[in-house]
Order: sequence, then C-alpha cells, then structure tokens
Amino acid sequence: MAERKLKIATTSLAGCFGCHMSFLDIDEKLMLLNDRIEFNRSPLTDIKQCSPSDIGLIEGGVCNADNVRVLREFRANCTILIAVGACAITGGVPAMRNYFDLRECLEEVYLNGTGVTNPQIPSDTELPLLLDKVYPVQEVVKIDYFLPGCPPSADAFLQLLVPQLDGQKPQLAADQLHYD
Amino acid sequence: MTNEANKAIDANSITIDGETVPFDAGQTIMDAALAVKIYIPHLCHYPGLTPAGNCRLCMVEANGKSVAACVTQAQSGQQVSSNTPELNAARLSITQMLFVEGNHICPSCEKSGNCRLQAMGYYLGMLEEHFHQFNPRREIDASHSTVLLDRDRCILCDLCVRASRDVDKKNVFAIAGRGIHARLIVNTASGKLGDSNIEAKDLAAKICPVGAILIRERSFDSPVAERIYDRQSISDTAMTEHVPRKEDDRG
Repeated sequence: MAERKLKIATTSLAGCFGCHMSFLDIDEKLMLLNDRIEFNRSPLTDIKQCSPSDIGLIEGGVCNADNVRVLREFRANCTILIAVGACAITGGVPAMRNYFDLRECLEEVYLNGTGVTNPQIPSDTELPLLLDKVYPVQEVVKIDYFLPGCPPSADAFLQLLVPQLDGQKPQLAADQLHYD
Repeated sequence: MTNEANKAIDANSITIDGETVPFDAGQTIMDAALAVKIYIPHLCHYPGLTPAGNCRLCMVEANGKSVAACVTQAQSGQQVSSNTPELNAARLSITQMLFVEGNHICPSCEKSGNCRLQAMGYYLGMLEEHFHQFNPRREIDASHSTVLLDRDRCILCDLCVRASRDVDKKNVFAIAGRGIHARLIVNTASGKLGDSNIEAKDLAAKICPVGAILIRERSFDSPVAERIYDRQSISDTAMTEHVPRKEDDRG
C-alpha cells in the first residue's frame, strides 16, 4: 500500500504570489513531490477552508483582519507552520507603509493622489479592515520554520520540504540563505 | 587550559580559541586576530580608522571577561574565546536587534547584496528577526546631488563620522542624542547634506556598511549573483578591508 501522502496547505496573505511562483519553479521535481504530497487549502487547489494538514506554508505578511483570520485558521490546522519569504518573515515591501499612519496612506491613495477621480476612502463590510501596521506572521502566531528570500529559490523550497517527507527537520544550506 | 597550551604562550602572544596568536605592543585583540586571518565578527570596526566599540558584535571572552575585541588591547597570555556557540548566539541577537531597530527591507534596498549587516545575518545563519519591529520614522536627506542619506537603514556604527573627521578631514557627520534617541546628523547649519562639502569620492560617502549613505545614480550597478556577498562571506571580505593608505591617495 502506498504511504500516506503529506498534506500541505498554502496561502498568500500580504504577498505578491512570487513565493508560490518560485515553489512551482521546482519544475519536474513537482512530479517527485506529487507522489508524496497532496494539497489542502491553497491557491493551487482553490479549496477555501483549511482542514487538518501536516504542513502549512504562509507567504506574505499580515496587513488586514482577514489575514489574521486565515493565519489563525492555518495555525489551528497545520502541525508545522512555515513562514515563507521576506514579507511573511519581516513584513517586507508592504511593510513600507509602516513609516506612515494608516490614515495618511489612505488619504494619499484615495483622496489626494494624482489622477484620483471621485475621491473617497473605501468603506464596505465586504472589505477586510486594514491593520495599523503590516506585521510579520510570527508576531501573530507561533511559527515553526522560516524560509527567507524574495522569493526563496526553488531549491530552497526543496531543501525545506524533502526532509520533512521523511519526518526529518529541514536545514537550509548556507548558500540558499538570502533576504532578497 | 592545559600545561602544553600554557607553554605555547610566549611574552608577545595570546590565544584565540586555542590558537596561539602573536601581537605587537599596542595592538588590540581585533588587530592581532585580523593579522593572522582569524575572523571576529564586527560591523563598526574598519582597519585604519580609530576603533569605537559601538556595535558589540566583536564581544569575546578574554580571560573569562566579556570585552569588545576592537577596543581591548592584547595582553601577554590572554586566553580569548570568540567562535563559541554562546558568543555567536549573542551576536545573532545583536544582529536581529540592529535589523528591527531600523527599517531594513532588503528586497527594496539598493545596498542589498553589498550590505555588511545583511552579510552578518547570513554569516550567523539568521533566518528571522525574532524581536518586534520598531518601525521607526526617520528623515531621508536627498538634498545632495551625488550622496543620499537614508537614515532608515543607519545602524549608528559611526564609521562615516570617523571617516569624515579623520580621513576626509571634513567632519560632515555626527551622532546626536543618546540611547534610543541616538541619530545620525549632518554638521551644517541647515542639518542638510546638500549644504555640506561631502563629495562622492570621500571615504565617508563610501564606507557605510548598510544602505544609509549611498552614492546616487550608482544603485543596482551589479546584477544579482555578482554582488559582493553573493560570492563571498563577510568573514572573507573582512580580511582585505583597510582605509586607503597615503600612497593609494596619490594614485
């Protein structure tokens, strides 16, 4: 009988999906992984709700209330939760708004910015409320492993995942450690 | 310390992690280490400039006492520990604090790949910044035509202050305030770099270990994979660093 496949959930919070693209860049090794893993909630499956999984990959920082909800959903369901990429780990480029008040940002973009017509700050119950700052994910939930990079390379993803297929702790090679 | 090791220490030598290292009178532990290519992590030290002991990354145990290697004179028979798990863990924490205290967003920084703070993170295996982000608000000074000052990335190492004062003889920079209020200022009536006599060729404009002082219109000169720390570790580059000597200036 085939081994039980490792269940992996992924999400992109305040990120650009670059980390997901880099993950897919492992090319033909996806086939190797395909025999050993299956995806739960992920932009790759379009499953909307995370159920119990072995590994959760979080791309992007935490910029709004919905990001907090999704991140907590992942923490509650994933045995191992991994922060992937500069934005998840430090807030990254979206955190550049942290140098300004949220109101200043909204006014600049929606009221005073160049080319704005019908100026108004969006307010709708459908829109998740923005947080005062963009936060690294580990400031919101416990994170088990970190995979830095903008994005982490495809090889770095493999170094992270392959040992875990056999229950081993992953170790990122020194030459794969970079913050950009 | 074994008797054999004790015998190996003569009047003008110390040991660093068990290795006998000679020194000349007046040399610091850092000087002696660099002379024999032993790397003690450091960010605010630059051979040729007066050491300042600011960054604390070079903290070592000398005869059991914690001292900054860059400002502590070597003394005969001193037994120095540097490359230990405990000291490297402390250095990692210091590096993480330097990151969260400023606004260091590597993916958007012109210095990325050539940044010594980043390279220190790589050297120490820093995967995340551990502490809460400060998100400070600091002033950017874009008033100069060829030199940009982005205080968001300043780690207060003081290298530009020393380079400008002691090598360029211009005294353009200073550190004002204390503790968490310490900040890099420009010694002009307006406080603006544009009103100073700094030039892009000055050591002070080039010595910044991070992306706080940048030469304008030179950003992203080297493509990714060809930048300094894409190819080398900070422990390698530290062995070749020195303020340009007088004879270099003439050329």
